[in-house]
Amino acid sequence: MEYETVIGLEIHAELATMSKMFCGCSTDFGGEPNSRTCPVCLGHPGSLPVANAKAIADSILLALALDCDITPRSIFHRKNYFYPDMPKNFQISQYDVPLSSGGQIVIDVGDRTRTVRITRVHLEEDTGKSIHVGESGRIHGAEHSLEDFNRAGIPLVEVVTEPDLRSPEEARVFMQLLRSTLEYLEISDCKMEEGSLRCDANISISADGVLGTKVEIKNMNSFRALFRALTYEEERQRFLLRDGGTVIQETRHWDEGAGKTHPLRTKEEAFDYRYFPEPDLVPLEPDPRFVAELKSGLPELPRARMMRLVEQYGLPEDISVMLTGEKALADYFERAVETGQDPVELAKWIAGDLVAMLKESVVPIRHCPLEPRGLGELVALVAQNIISGKMAKDVLREAYETGKGPKEIVDSKGLAQIDDAGRIESVVAEVIAENPEAAEDLRNGKEQALKFLMGQVMKKTRGQANPEMASEMMKKSLR
Amino acid sequence: MAVTIEDVEHVAKLARLALAPEEKQTLSRQLSDVLEHARVISAVDTTGVPPTSHALPLVNVLRDDVVRPSLDRDDVTGNAEWAENGAFKVPRII
Amino acid sequence: MSIIFADALTISDMIKARKISVREVLEEFFGRIDEVEPRVHAYINLSREEAYLAVEGLEDELLRGADAGPYAGVPIAVKDVLSTRGFPTTCGSRMLEGFVPVYDATAVERIKAAGTIMLGKANMDEFAMGSSTENSYFGPTRNPWDLERVPGGSSGGSAAAVAAGEAPWALGSDTGGSIRQPAALCGIVGLKPTYGLVSRYGLVAFASSLDQVGPMARTVRDCAGLLGVIAGHDPNDSTSISAEVPDYLEGLTGEVKGLRAGVVKELSSEGIDADVLSLFKAGVDKLSDMGIECEEVSLPSFSYGLSAYYLIAPAEASSNLARFDGVRYGYRSPEEHEDIWEMYDRTRAAGFGQEVKRRIMLGTYALSAGYYDEYYAQAQKIRTLIVRDYGRAWQNFDVLVSPTSPSTAFKLGEKTSDPLTMYLSDICTIPVNLAGIPAISLPCGLSDGLPVGFQVMAPPLEESKLLNVAYALEREVGFEALPPI
Repeated sequence: MEYETVIGLEIHAELATMSKMFCGCSTDFGGEPNSRTCPVCLGHPGSLPVANAKAIADSILLALALDCDITPRSIFHRKNYFYPDMPKNFQISQYDVPLSSGGQIVIDVGDRTRTVRITRVHLEEDTGKSIHVGESGRIHGAEHSLEDFNRAGIPLVEVVTEPDLRSPEEARVFMQLLRSTLEYLEISDCKMEEGSLRCDANISISADGVLGTKVEIKNMNSFRALFRALTYEEERQRFLLRDGGTVIQETRHWDEGAGKTHPLRTKEEAFDYRYFPEPDLVPLEPDPRFVAELKSGLPELPRARMMRLVEQYGLPEDISVMLTGEKALADYFERAVETGQDPVELAKWIAGDLVAMLKESVVPIRHCPLEPRGLGELVALVAQNIISGKMAKDVLREAYETGKGPKEIVDSKGLAQIDDAGRIESVVAEVIAENPEAAEDLRNGKEQALKFLMGQVMKKTRGQANPEMASEMMKKSLR
Repeated sequence: MAVTIEDVEHVAKLARLALAPEEKQTLSRQLSDVLEHARVISAVDTTGVPPTSHALPLVNVLRDDVVRPSLDRDDVTGNAEWAENGAFKVPRII
Repeated sequence: MSIIFADALTISDMIKARKISVREVLEEFFGRIDEVEPRVHAYINLSREEAYLAVEGLEDELLRGADAGPYAGVPIAVKDVLSTRGFPTTCGSRMLEGFVPVYDATAVERIKAAGTIMLGKANMDEFAMGSSTENSYFGPTRNPWDLERVPGGSSGGSAAAVAAGEAPWALGSDTGGSIRQPAALCGIVGLKPTYGLVSRYGLVAFASSLDQVGPMARTVRDCAGLLGVIAGHDPNDSTSISAEVPDYLEGLTGEVKGLRAGVVKELSSEGIDADVLSLFKAGVDKLSDMGIECEEVSLPSFSYGLSAYYLIAPAEASSNLARFDGVRYGYRSPEEHEDIWEMYDRTRAAGFGQEVKRRIMLGTYALSAGYYDEYYAQAQKIRTLIVRDYGRAWQNFDVLVSPTSPSTAFKLGEKTSDPLTMYLSDICTIPVNLAGIPAISLPCGLSDGLPVGFQVMAPPLEESKLLNVAYALEREVGFEALPPI
């Protein structure tokens, strides 16, 4: 029995427009409940929607980035269902005539590539938020709920893929690439943890080429959760099938704490959405010239940039993937390259130490206290052997924390590497004299002792001794 | 095409209306009558006729992405005595 | 001399000429209201205090010679389907009893800017669903011509108020005939503008693709004046037309010779009462007398108008009324609820009346899985056929005419036992809404003491021509009768 995992994703991203999709209320995050609402997004009697031009332009931009066809005439539809976070008990969305369809995007997984077809990209409005009041604060077991409509009406772009993904890892890579794409286009904050990027998945197991029953998985609130949930579900379904069971078509909820998916039990009515064209909005016919303008204005997209950096600068692929995950980071790298230093070295420093420091201090790359120029300076100092690689790490940290230039730090602290052979020779001799047992060990071939002795040399020279030189001398002396 | 009691119950659930048994009976009858009368349109040949969802030839009516003032809290919750701290209280969902 | 039966424009001129003070005008109308309201019940809520407060400021402005609007001081009734900020808007329903909107409908904003003074919110069939105003939660309105009879609906309160002298003019709304039919039954003039000419922002939606706000008054000229105030583009309504609004008053020349009028065959034979038909035909003769060429024209798809309407309108309504759920405003069932689903079900069962529930059910059914194509989609195609029929007609005719209502005012309770019987009241008016064209009803005589209405229809955005033909006919008919009340 040949089993294959089949996954399709449905992603919603909040567009970072200033105002909501159908009214002028601010889209700022947070705020007192219902402080960013009006008759339109509260569904007051007599209120009417008026579509946000930027939201439409942003959606078209995303559709173009995903290689989709823009529908010449699309309309909005009403999706009718009752839920307390719905101001009108219908959601203005798109149904059979969406803004765009028929695109694709290529992802890299390991040493393979996978083309993922995009079924559609369309526009709709977000719902409000329910705060469940009860012991656990979750919906199950709540005593009552409180409805906040600040989020209601925020524009959402929905991306639906064909079931072309073949593993949880592929799903994760896809989501990361989609997130990067949204970030490159500057149309969404795309923070899964804040809810501005949401993902539901459909997963099934095909046996010997026969498509299996698909199960919908919801409530995955991070890339990690996505991966874990799909891994769990994949296993659950495979075991079920292997043991002769049947997979039930249902919606399952990912429980992060328990590490499992559970069937979602709600008393919602049967899902007959009774879609019909939204009579309060008129059709969209994007001007082909406008679309062409948007298309020609597309920035270099993440994967293309990744491949170019590998090609142009000889970066290892995994580092290039890391750098191009975020546009600002890749921009930083390319500005650093302008200093003339070795791109691979620069890349390693950024992808390694710098990103770690940014994460630690929760600072986005665009507010990085060390300018690309400064990083170039640091790398130059190492390249010129003025400081060792190890010393450079400390200099980097100091530059990051104080804002001072690396060269300034090295000069003011006298951190320049000691290359003076005579000086090193005398320190080596001192260390050997002070540590006879270790010296003896090294003479007898115990390599461990070298480490210890080198440590002593570094202590005496405050880390500034040229490590290669010192190491050579140490070994020579104790041959 | 008769609208049965089951149909009525199903539709009432979609429309979130609690109906008394007599109401269901009456509605079953009345809806059947109206739909029977409306059936006359089923006989009309509409091949190739597009539906009119909008009487106007308008397209692309949009607004600029500009923030406008939102409502004061009093205006938001003024028509809901059950509101709590600016949020709308509702009975449990599950 | 009492001004309660004077035209709005005459009252306006009198105010400007200082022949009467704005306060006196109000006193006259509230005096009349106090006298006849107990019998007519045209209003749900009166805005007496607010009105007197408004005129206090207005008196000063007028004394100073400030521009207080073209119709400063002229009172008006507003159908309770339009949102009025700070003043209750009930839509004739328990669902919105006590509901106070936080914004003004655009039409309301504009009549305020024109200086008019709101007397109160007029009674109506609940959520505009009905043809008799018997579906109001707050009790029916009675026809001033015969208090045992209905004023028509759903703008029955507006029509009765104007007919009885309880307001010189009023705003109504029309989805399938709700301005024109009550205007006909009450012997006044009512106009439904081209779809999109008047903003729907603040008009509580019944059927979004059919609803329009329109003027109701004693004369065609008044209607033209009021239309000029409310018409025009509104950025808050995506379905609002951008075309320039002509001066409708200027267009009333009375010159109609050489125009061509089509008498709609499907709307002037079967199903129309004999007395209505004979007065209608007399009206057609008067058109001929004025030099208008009248000829019968067949628009076959009109036979399907009623059926298409009673699928499209309830479908849209079922969605528009979903927001009434006791969560953010309006009625909420006061019992303890197991969960929100029970709260929804009970709130909506108790908040809505029978006709509204019936239409919500009908509409939900027509949109539901398995039935959409057969009912809703097919009805939208019939709509296209109706638009095409009109399109063909406009190639040969400047206007089309028909009776407004198949009968004169019927008795209260006469048509309430069978919904279909009531729905048939709309056969003449419905095709107009489906096509989105403008139409007007004006009185063309009395039959057994009850008014009969004559309907004129015109191509989209040709209100000027429409009003002019109506104006000429009005003069020719010379309807001067007043209700006995």
